[in-house]
Amino acid sequence: MSFMLGITPWPVASATLWIILIVAALYLIRSTAHKTIQAAAQGLHRSFKIASKAVTRSEQGLAVRNRDVLLAAGRESKERILEREFDRINETVRKDLAKYSSLHRSLSESIDRIEKDHQEAVDVPPDPPGWVKAVETVAEMDAKDGRAHIGSILSDIHKSLIKAHKEAMSAYQQASAKRHKLLRHMRPEWRHIQQKLAQVGKNVDSLLSRSVTIDRLMQEYEDIVHGQDRAMSVLSSSSLVNFFVSAFVLAIAIGGATINFSLIARPMAEMVGGTSLIGNFRTADIAALVIILVEISMGLFLMESLRITRLFPVIGALPDKTRVRMIWITFSILFLLASVEAGLAYMREVLLHDELATSALLRGDAGATATGEYMWITTAAQMGMGFILPFALTFVAIPLETFVHSLRTVVGLIAISLLRALSLSLRLLGNIFLYLGVLLKQIYDLPLFVPLWLEERIASNAEDDSLLGRVGQ
Amino acid sequence: MNKGIIFTLCLCLVSCSNESTPRNTGVYMLLDTSGTYAEELNKAEQIIRYTLSKLDATDSFAVARIDTGSFSEKDIVAKASFDDRPSAINRQKRLFAEQVSEFVDSADPSPYTDITGGLLQAVEFLNEKGTGHKTILIFSDLKEDLEAGYVRDIDVELEGFEVIALNVTKLRSDNIDPREYLGRLEEWQGRVEKTGGHWRVINDLDGLEGLL
Repeated sequence: MSFMLGITPWPVASATLWIILIVAALYLIRSTAHKTIQAAAQGLHRSFKIASKAVTRSEQGLAVRNRDVLLAAGRESKERILEREFDRINETVRKDLAKYSSLHRSLSESIDRIEKDHQEAVDVPPDPPGWVKAVETVAEMDAKDGRAHIGSILSDIHKSLIKAHKEAMSAYQQASAKRHKLLRHMRPEWRHIQQKLAQVGKNVDSLLSRSVTIDRLMQEYEDIVHGQDRAMSVLSSSSLVNFFVSAFVLAIAIGGATINFSLIARPMAEMVGGTSLIGNFRTADIAALVIILVEISMGLFLMESLRITRLFPVIGALPDKTRVRMIWITFSILFLLASVEAGLAYMREVLLHDELATSALLRGDAGATATGEYMWITTAAQMGMGFILPFALTFVAIPLETFVHSLRTVVGLIAISLLRALSLSLRLLGNIFLYLGVLLKQIYDLPLFVPLWLEERIASNAEDDSLLGRVGQ
Repeated sequence: MNKGIIFTLCLCLVSCSNESTPRNTGVYMLLDTSGTYAEELNKAEQIIRYTLSKLDATDSFAVARIDTGSFSEKDIVAKASFDDRPSAINRQKRLFAEQVSEFVDSADPSPYTDITGGLLQAVEFLNEKGTGHKTILIFSDLKEDLEAGYVRDIDVELEGFEVIALNVTKLRSDNIDPREYLGRLEEWQGRVEKTGGHWRVINDLDGLEGLL
């Protein structure tokens, strides 16, 4: 500094001289400096722009892939639902159509019986007695021929007529009773036909409602196959919902597994020792954890063998006979492990009592060792939990499958958002550098205001002179 | 496959490395049965029970009396190296407590007090057990009274040991001249710390939380 101020005897003069020299130098290289700043700014702007475009392309690629994944998942899911709907229809049709011939026969028989009964129950009017004509003839004889003593004959005829009328009435009443009996007999047949027809109607309605569902599902399936935006948005939102719901259920399952762990970790020390360590973890804890993990694995295999989940295609593709065997094997292992857990839960309670008794003895409070009357309830509850929790954990397979499937989509969506933000940031940075170049050029010109002003003046004068020259000419 | 073998080996190495540094605790308690101090044994029983409640699997505990010649296994009243299984530990603790209780009920006062001999026996016992933490509890007034002929002018190697004096009661002479009491404490502290041991005194038996 002192050197710089010492080039003349007067520091102020030296400083002024330096300023003039620097400004002159800056003015001389102004054009080059501006170009350099411009080039650097442009270079950075372009680099960031290219990077932004590359990120955008990656984002688009990822979006396409995510879309494909989502559509494939949606297609697969819809296929499964459709398959199940068709299975149900098939089951209904198989069940009802298989019974259709017997139903038809039953209805025909009922109708035949009704027809027969109906024919038998036709109300036949009683034949008019033959005495009527005889009486009429006798009456005519009495009137025409004037014969006497006809009264006694008529009296006999009257008696016979009354007798015959009584017999006819009795026969008629018997016939009516028989007809009524037949009509009564027809009543259950009618009811039977009514029930059968109601059942048929119900089945047909069920089939119709299922066919409506299938129509709707098929429409959705077609939308997915054609990759329509509406289907995409539905799938995307349902995937997010599935992700959060399955994550919530998995969190509950983890809670259950933790409770299960605490039930068996303590008594496990009886089996593998309480102090041996693997790494920094107690062997007993690791053993308890392994049991729980094996239970979850068995649960997964069981669900897979039952074709409730489809995490392992190999199991799903097994022949039915092998699959059924696998169901029984996994269920047996699960049952055994659940029994072991129930035993361990009992052991835990026994150990706890033992420990409490020892602690009470050491405290000199022997009275506290007496076990309560209802202690068996906690023991039974623990054993029950130990037995049930492994089976309950089996159902983890369902949310796990949903979680795994929806995770792909969710991770894809998150990655797309991140890439989009990165692309935006890069574009923003590129623009910042571009305008920074302009700003730097302005800042560069700031100390050069004197020569620039002079240059402007000279240029203005020269322009004025040239204008005057042109006017003079 | 190879990764699996490497992982298993690493696991074995880690577990082996943990085996080399034991984390268990060894406690040896010396009970002064001389003269009037024998009346304090009920308090000692409480401390023993407290200690038992604090000890866990693979820990070792021994209780020995201080009598005329304490450098002897015969003076050990009860000893136990706790099992790995919780149920066995509880059984051992109950048995230990019973043995101590029987001793407290039937202990005869000793005419002499050989604390140094007991200390030697404790060091030998705990070194043999090879526990990670070694603690010697001395339930005594720290007044050593040797019978003629007993040589106890020995430096006991106490590197890695924690020696805790419990219930160090004041004698009648201490009341007359407290320097005697303070001198006794200083002397024992000096002897312990001279050979690398860590010395502590706990007289308030209601505050045993920091004992182990």
